[in-house]
Amino acid sequence: MSFINYLSREINCKIVYYGPGLCGKTTNLQFIYNKTNPEAKGKMISLATETERTLFFDFLPLALGEIRGFKTRFHLYTVPGQVFYDASRKLILKGVDGVVFCADSQIARMEANLESLENLRTNLAEQGYSLDKLPYVIQYNKRDMPSVAPVEELRAMLNPAGVPDFEAVAVSGQGVFDTLKAIAKLVLTELKRSGG
Amino acid sequence: MTNPQMVMYEEEFNQIQTIVDRLVKEANARVVFIIDKNGQLIAASGDTEQIDTTSLASLTAGNIAATGGMAKLLRESEFTTQFHEGEQSNIHIQLVGNRVILVVIFDSKTSLGLVRLRVKKASEELNRIFEALLQKVQDPARETPFAEITDDDIDNLFND
Repeated sequence: MSFINYLSREINCKIVYYGPGLCGKTTNLQFIYNKTNPEAKGKMISLATETERTLFFDFLPLALGEIRGFKTRFHLYTVPGQVFYDASRKLILKGVDGVVFCADSQIARMEANLESLENLRTNLAEQGYSLDKLPYVIQYNKRDMPSVAPVEELRAMLNPAGVPDFEAVAVSGQGVFDTLKAIAKLVLTELKRSGG
Repeated sequence: MTNPQMVMYEEEFNQIQTIVDRLVKEANARVVFIIDKNGQLIAASGDTEQIDTTSLASLTAGNIAATGGMAKLLRESEFTTQFHEGEQSNIHIQLVGNRVILVVIFDSKTSLGLVRLRVKKASEELNRIFEALLQKVQDPARETPFAEITDDDIDNLFND
């Protein structure tokens, strides 16, 4: 649910990075944070465990520029990927405007990807959303790992609807901004379509 | 969508800001701010220069969401008030109309009792304003800035 402020002429939107544990959601945000001009970003917050696993969420506020005199601001969130943090994951999805599903390309993680995607659908449905109606893109991350599934296979398994999808290596930044731009564009297009 | 769009207009913003400014004075607080349940900052007053309000807004919303989750497990509808006590600063968090969050940061110059009293009064006033705002936002005839936006405008945002 975006927030339009006529006084400060700002549009604020919420984007959530979802996916199985260790797929690289936090790494996506860290790369965006490191490569963004200081004036366009706020502080990145990571609520993580001592072993740097996301406990509640990561948060990164980002300004993308102006449209017709309105500043566009995106709040990027990640969810904790580990299965047992499901209660926290549900909370982060509240008020979401767009979702990035970050998949782990490694063959050994195929089942985890499917389980997480199913969990995303279930948790969105609980909040009254449908993944088929939300702005939504997929990222096939970790393309640099030795035993990865071919993109066609990942696509057939995770993207039957054919939403925009991107190959990525989040640690080096490959595909990170393509993914972000695609979801931001879909969110703004949806705002335009629904008349705000 | 489950929640209606949050929109802020000048008229309502001014009403809200007046209440927030007054609350800072009457409660003798350091900072008062209002955020929506998704972590978007709506209004702030007091010594905001020293505080990263964007981060605080997001964390407060996360906190309220987590507390709401706990309430649900205990079959409570919500825990509407939270208080965090520190060595120098204290935070009082109040859910208003189950829609927005009123946060008061204060120190030893005031007391929890006074903050509570003033928050209660401000909450009632804020609730009325947000109720009216919600009605206005749901009016199908309202104008939006988005009707004017073209696909090219959106594309231009992403041209490097």
